[in-house]
Amino acid sequence: MRQVVRIFGEKAMFFLHEAGSYSLLTMRTIAAIPQVFRRFRLTSEQMLMMGVASLPLVLFTSVFTGAVSAVQAAYQFRGYVPMRYLGTAVGKAVIIELGPVLTALVVAGRVGAAIAAELGTMKVTEQVDALETLALDPVKYLAAPRLVSGLVMLPVLTIFSNFVAILGALFVSIFFIDITAYTFLNGVKLFFDLKDLFGGLLKSFFFGGIIASVGCYHGFRTYGGAEGVGLSTTRAVVLASVLILISDYIIASILFG
Amino acid sequence: MVQAMTLNPGQAVGEAAIRIVDLYKRLNGKPVLNGVNLTINRGETLTIIGRSGEGKSVLLKHIIGLMKPDSGSVFIDGIDITRMSGRSLAEIRRRFGMLFQGAALFDSMTVDENVGIGLREHTDIPEEKIKATVKEKLAQVGLFNIENIKPAELSGGMKKRVGLARAIAMDPEIVLYDEPTTGLDPINADAINNLILHLKASLKITSVAVTHDMVSAYKISDRIAMLYGGKIIFSGTPEEIRNCDNPIVQQFINGQARGPITDNENNR
Repeated sequence: MRQVVRIFGEKAMFFLHEAGSYSLLTMRTIAAIPQVFRRFRLTSEQMLMMGVASLPLVLFTSVFTGAVSAVQAAYQFRGYVPMRYLGTAVGKAVIIELGPVLTALVVAGRVGAAIAAELGTMKVTEQVDALETLALDPVKYLAAPRLVSGLVMLPVLTIFSNFVAILGALFVSIFFIDITAYTFLNGVKLFFDLKDLFGGLLKSFFFGGIIASVGCYHGFRTYGGAEGVGLSTTRAVVLASVLILISDYIIASILFG
Repeated sequence: MVQAMTLNPGQAVGEAAIRIVDLYKRLNGKPVLNGVNLTINRGETLTIIGRSGEGKSVLLKHIIGLMKPDSGSVFIDGIDITRMSGRSLAEIRRRFGMLFQGAALFDSMTVDENVGIGLREHTDIPEEKIKATVKEKLAQVGLFNIENIKPAELSGGMKKRVGLARAIAMDPEIVLYDEPTTGLDPINADAINNLILHLKASLKITSVAVTHDMVSAYKISDRIAMLYGGKIIFSGTPEEIRNCDNPIVQQFINGQARGPITDNENNR
């Protein structure tokens, strides 16, 4: 029994310590955001890496997200709900949930891993220490540009994802579900609500912050050479994915509950 | 001959650029620094020697505030930097340059961007002047026409020299060298030694080098201090260390596989 209590206590202390460290780093990074505009080139490079370079992956994911949404919705509607509402269901699902969440998860796997790997490598090769010896704050120089890029580019990618997913659903609806483009698009417009769109983009705003901050957190804490970099990369992706799903629930409850 | 350094409260601090007082540090539960006391005088080159894993790099990182001790102080011109952080520590660090063991060049930047980063971030010097300064610093370390190359394309010796150019780009008062010749062939190692001597003569900087390369230590040092068991057990000139009667010091500087150091390790 003592052993159980001791293990539980250690895990709880570890969790609190990690949560505290992550929160402190995130707060320091947010406080450093105004400095980003002094070195905007660093931020624009990160935006290119996070946003523009992620477009092919988001395109691929979104096309199939929209396509499978249409297929699944049609399957569930058949015999119960008129097909003129297919566009409505797909539009709502994509804009409120699938677009923001699936985009965030694939970007977490790509960009979150890349951030953790890059900063982790810098940590183990003493480049982060070198920045400090040059009187440069690694949080201002490395973390803040990445956070701003995440906050800006995830909503942009989500808008792109929403558009492509609906196109993918449209394609499947026309060629495989035998619904006209007019019927499908009319359905998308029928119960469209700006609140849905802004709610989805608000989610993606927070998701972008999570991906960048978690990647930076694990990157800065890397030790132990190449193995350590690999561990940090994996942890960053796992933690970012978990936090995305948790925050998705919280934001959805607040906005749509 | 100066034996193991102990703090003398009456000692004048004005001449000391760096004063380390009763420094203790544990890492992963093990004591690494166990009451280090050391003074580095302005304009001198002090080399800290010791076995691998003894804590030499840890000590060096305390001098520039990259690590905080469990207890003790590090005074830079009389200011205790162990209690500093943020902007005030950054101000102190601008007086330092540091050459890391692996050079720690920024992979995503060219040589020009690496060497000039301090000038671009901390000064309002025009870009043309910065480029000229970078060229001058690279020339001082014997490198020419490599400004647009990325670190991945450089040899180990060239990386170290670019790292040294970056360390001196802001004309620091104090330069720290972490294993400056480790991993280099004997010719490149001696080139680095000559650079360190040249910088000392031309820029009159205070230097602290950490190494287990005794050839380098004898060549560049005004004083050599040995770190063993978490303490400084000897500090003196190269001549004094050669004639020192401490058997631990003698085993290390003569590179003997058997002796009191290894006997102590076997008995642990």
